[in-house]
Amino acid sequence: MATFHFELVSPDRISFSGQVDQVDVPGAEGDFGVLAGHAPLIALLRPGIMTVTAGGEQIKLVVLGGFAEVGPDGLTVLADAATAIDDFDRAALRSQIAEMELRVKEVDVDSALDRQIAKLDHFKALDQHLEGTAMH
Amino acid sequence: MASLKDMRVRLASTKATQKITKAMQMVAASKLRRAQAAAEAARPYAERMEKVLSNIASTVADINSAPRLLAGTGSDQVHLAVVCTAERGLCGAFNSSIVRLARERINSLIGQGKTVKILCVGRKGADQLRRQYSSQIIEVIELRVKTLGFEHAEQVSRKLIELYEKGEFDVATLFFSRFKSVISQIPTALQIIPPVFEAKPDGAPSAVYDYEPEDTDILTELLPRNVAVQVFRAILENAASEQGARMSAMDNATRNAGEMIRKQTITYNRTRQAMITKELIEIISGAEAL
Repeated sequence: MATFHFELVSPDRISFSGQVDQVDVPGAEGDFGVLAGHAPLIALLRPGIMTVTAGGEQIKLVVLGGFAEVGPDGLTVLADAATAIDDFDRAALRSQIAEMELRVKEVDVDSALDRQIAKLDHFKALDQHLEGTAMH
Repeated sequence: MASLKDMRVRLASTKATQKITKAMQMVAASKLRRAQAAAEAARPYAERMEKVLSNIASTVADINSAPRLLAGTGSDQVHLAVVCTAERGLCGAFNSSIVRLARERINSLIGQGKTVKILCVGRKGADQLRRQYSSQIIEVIELRVKTLGFEHAEQVSRKLIELYEKGEFDVATLFFSRFKSVISQIPTALQIIPPVFEAKPDGAPSAVYDYEPEDTDILTELLPRNVAVQVFRAILENAASEQGARMSAMDNATRNAGEMIRKQTITYNRTRQAMITKELIEIISGAEAL
């Protein structure tokens, strides 16, 4: 299987860099998989789980928003925060959700509110998903 | 002439000072390593971000429909200078050189009849600018933290975007010191709102990207983030520069103290010998008189 270059960059470091077979990315408008030779694409991310397949092994990472760029030289994901799923601090996520729920009440009704609610929903969905994977 | 005791006290104090500067130099050296690593780790993100953004910006067909953070307000009457400096002194010309660059820019803008507002990140720059421009400083943000995180940059950028959306300024320029090496830090001015992209070399075919969602949606998301990323990069570069500047300043101070100690020791020993000789002469001539 053809591989391609994948880089995961967060503001303070490069979290992952190397050749991979496939990356499943949580895009803002739905998940999408990237294989070698994907068409050039720039997509926003929603908070979710990213799956990296390299050499038959799967790595799962939690990303909290950012964007992905597929170019001729591979896939680059610029993530706000990226953590391996086992290291992810779910208590911190929960407290962030609680904080956001409080904040949503203060926002005026306009597109900013829509964005806040959408973000909150993504966080909740992520939390539920993690709940599911933790039990298995 | 100072007595022997005075000289001893003075020598001891110079030695104590040397110990302090030596310790500060070593602390700066170890902090520098961390700060430098952080600054270098932040570069890829900022560079990628800039690349992607300039790619999108160049494909936006109608610049007037683009978000204001990209297109600007259409005027350049009110400028905002964001001056990033250190929280502490004793780091050579680090703070002064950033302030000097900012002051030159501010004066030339005022000379052109523009209005200039100042936002200080870091206490030292604010202290220096307050003397001349106290009425123009709109806010001072202090970053008294052990490790600089992205959230600090976001705090600054939220403030900037809030001010921009209220129409408080048209153009924002970031002043900071770029870390080149331990002995060389370059004061830099970088316009961040609206962002300026380097012109692409002609004929370089840029890949045609699909956007998901629409490119304008991506831009509204990316532009505020870009401000935060640029600020983050600036404060990290600044942190590394500050430690580098302090390290070389303290190295100099230690060397100067060593030089002073050498001179003072020589004078002290000479004086001591002179006194011994004088006492001997007194004793001998006293004995001869008997």
